[in-house]
Formats: sequence, structure tokens, C-alpha cells
Amino acid sequence: MNDYSEAFKDIPGTVVFDATHSRLGYHLNMFCMSLMKAENRAAFKADERAYLERYPMSDAQRQAVLDRDYNRMLELGGNIYFLAKIGATDGHSFQNLASQMTGMSEEAYKAMMVAGGRSPEGNRSIAERGGER
Amino acid sequence: MARITAGLATSHVPAVGAAIDLGRTGEPYWKPVFAGYEFTKRWIAEHMPDVVVLVYNDHASAFSLEVIPTFAIGCAESFAPADEGWGPRPVPVVQGHPELAWHIAQSTILDEFDMTIVNRMDVDHGLTVPMSLVFGQPAFWPCRVVPLAVNVVQYPPPTGHRCHELGKAIGRAVESFDADLDVMIWGTGGMSHQLQGPRAGLINREFDTRFLDRLVGEPEALAQTPHVEYVREAGSEGIELVMWLIMRGALRPDAREVHRFYHVPASNTAVGHVILENSAPPEAATRQGAQP
Repeated sequence: MNDYSEAFKDIPGTVVFDATHSRLGYHLNMFCMSLMKAENRAAFKADERAYLERYPMSDAQRQAVLDRDYNRMLELGGNIYFLAKIGATDGHSFQNLASQMTGMSEEAYKAMMVAGGRSPEGNRSIAERGGER
Repeated sequence: MARITAGLATSHVPAVGAAIDLGRTGEPYWKPVFAGYEFTKRWIAEHMPDVVVLVYNDHASAFSLEVIPTFAIGCAESFAPADEGWGPRPVPVVQGHPELAWHIAQSTILDEFDMTIVNRMDVDHGLTVPMSLVFGQPAFWPCRVVPLAVNVVQYPPPTGHRCHELGKAIGRAVESFDADLDVMIWGTGGMSHQLQGPRAGLINREFDTRFLDRLVGEPEALAQTPHVEYVREAGSEGIELVMWLIMRGALRPDAREVHRFYHVPASNTAVGHVILENSAPPEAATRQGAQP
């Protein structure tokens, strides 16, 4: 089990939603799940802080949601399919969220995809690229 | 007896569904994607199945983190399109085949696959986008569907080997179902893509091409690929490709490739699509061989 999860940690720029992350992010993800309902989306938008208080999340998780810091939410146990519901509530496409997480403009990200996407060369292993995460 | 006539695999990109629903398939960005399915639409019209066993994954629509089944088979009469935050897709309700679904559940469980039986489940883009790609926009879907939802969201997902073996068990189950039914099995998801983190946008054409070659020609060896290799080479969401091995396992080893398509990009994803026609079961081949 430990060897299984450890092996993924060498992959740069990637969070694997394993047992540790799932436990850490349970309430964050269940908050996201609540946004499947229109009335909950409306309540969240009306007062984000108050709505987040309904879920027993950490302050850091709540702040990451308020900041729409998706990479931070991933680190704190968020899963991308759940986090995408925040994006949908904001009216953002998946491609928009992806561009935010890569630090690129949506236009630049889209152009990269049309040109064939991000190459795996240099993006396979943290060890192979000298420790750069 | 029922028979598995063919297998089909395709990506299930949500943006592809949106392009269909919003009438944008003729736009320059989308046209090359849909061109890859023109053969498929003609082919399916000539080979219309009675039932499709449709292997897909739920994306936090029907299943949250409260219950996470590894393999869940839909035994209901029908399955409604899920609201994924934008309202349900404007597609027909999916009609199930409870009798066949329950038979597959019983047969695979007795075959030592611990399936979860689901009697109420909305189906998200993972299931409905492949239906739209193959059948277009009919008022009613032209065949019945047995949904098979596979967990690929929470790690660990099932191994490729387990998926391939489950496919074989589904093949045995279908071919022991006492009804004259043409059944197809579809595997969906993939190909290379990563939707999260600084590495989002990863695409690996070389990996995808080799995956398609080996899926057809050496699935037993392909099924040994460890999860970490999928994530490293095909991106964090490329792990969905294990579901294609369920499709392949349900077909005989000499199933024949009749169509292949590959295109980058659809939104964040490499679109892959392949059709395999199954060979006749050994008994039928013998019977045919015995004819003068």
C-alpha cells in the first residue's frame, strides 16, 4: 500500500487522489458535491463564507475555496471532479480551470492543446528532472 | 443464446457532448473530431445491437465519496441523464435491460467478481457522450443499455488485469444468457489527458498509439501495465483506459479491428476510438465448418 502510493509522488505537477487525500479532503469534496443542487449554488453565491461554515473543513481549505486556488485545494485533499463543481458554479469550463492550474492564460492553454498538448518529455519524473516538482 | 457481436472504445469528453448539444459540430475546431465517427454511424446502422453493455466511469455525479463501488452494474429499467451542474444533457432517457443486467450480475458474482448492484442511478457524460457520438441525436436511443460504472476517481482503481478478467467473465455471462440477443460491449474514457495541477494538458500520442496496437494484438500483456505507468505516461485521467480492457476481455482473442481514429485535442483530451468485430463462438464456427 505504501509503496503503491509512494510511486506516484515522483510524477511532477500531479496529485493522486489516494487514501490519504480522500480522508483529508472528505468534507471539502462533500461541500463541492452539494453544489449539484441549484438552491445550494444560490446559497453559496449569496454568502460564500457562511455557506462554507456548514461543512467541517479546515480554515486552510475554506480559504483555498474563497481564493479559488485550485492547486491548493488539490493539495488539501480536493479531487478535480468534485472541484469542477465550484468551477461550474462560477460558470467556468473545465478548460478554464485547467489553464488556471497551469498558470497559463486560457488562450495560451488552448493554443498548447491545439498544437498537440503538453509533451511528456521532461514531465515524467521529478527525480529525472533533478528534483523540480 | 445471446452473443457479443462487437466491441467499441471511445473517449467520453464532456465538451464533445456540449458541442453536439449546442449544434457546434460543424465548427473548424470540432469538425475533425466528429469526422472520426462518420464510419461508426454507418457501421452501427448495419450492426445495430439489441443491448450495449456500456463500461464507463461516473464523475462525482451518481456517486460521491459516501459510497465508492469499484464495479457497479445498473439493473434498473431506465437511467436518467445526470445534472452535472449545467442541467441534464438534452438526450433521451437510457433504457436498461434488467433481465440481462441481473444475469450478468449473478454470473460474474458466482465467477468471483464482487459486483455492486445498482437499482437507481443517473448517468453522466461518461455514458451519454459515447451514445451521442455513435447514435447522433435521435428522439429515442435505438437500443437498450446495461451501464457498468467503474471507479477510476478514488485510488486505487481496479488493476488493468482485473478489468481484463472481468471482461472475460462478462463475455461468459452474456453467452450463457438464454435469449436471442446481439450484445455489444463498449469501453469508454481516455485517451491520454490530465485535468489537474501544473501538468494539466499532458498528451502522449506515442503511448496512445501503442495502447491501441496492444489492445488489439496483445491485451494480456497490456493488462499488466501498472497504474503508475498510466499516470506518468498518459496523465492522471489517462487511468480511465483500464476500462477499455473490460471491453477487450469480453471479446475473443482474434477479434478484428475494423475502425480506428485518433485526434488531438478535444478540450483537454486526446480522442481515441476503435471498433473490434468479434469472431464467431467456437461451436458456431464448428457448425459452419461442418456444412458442405
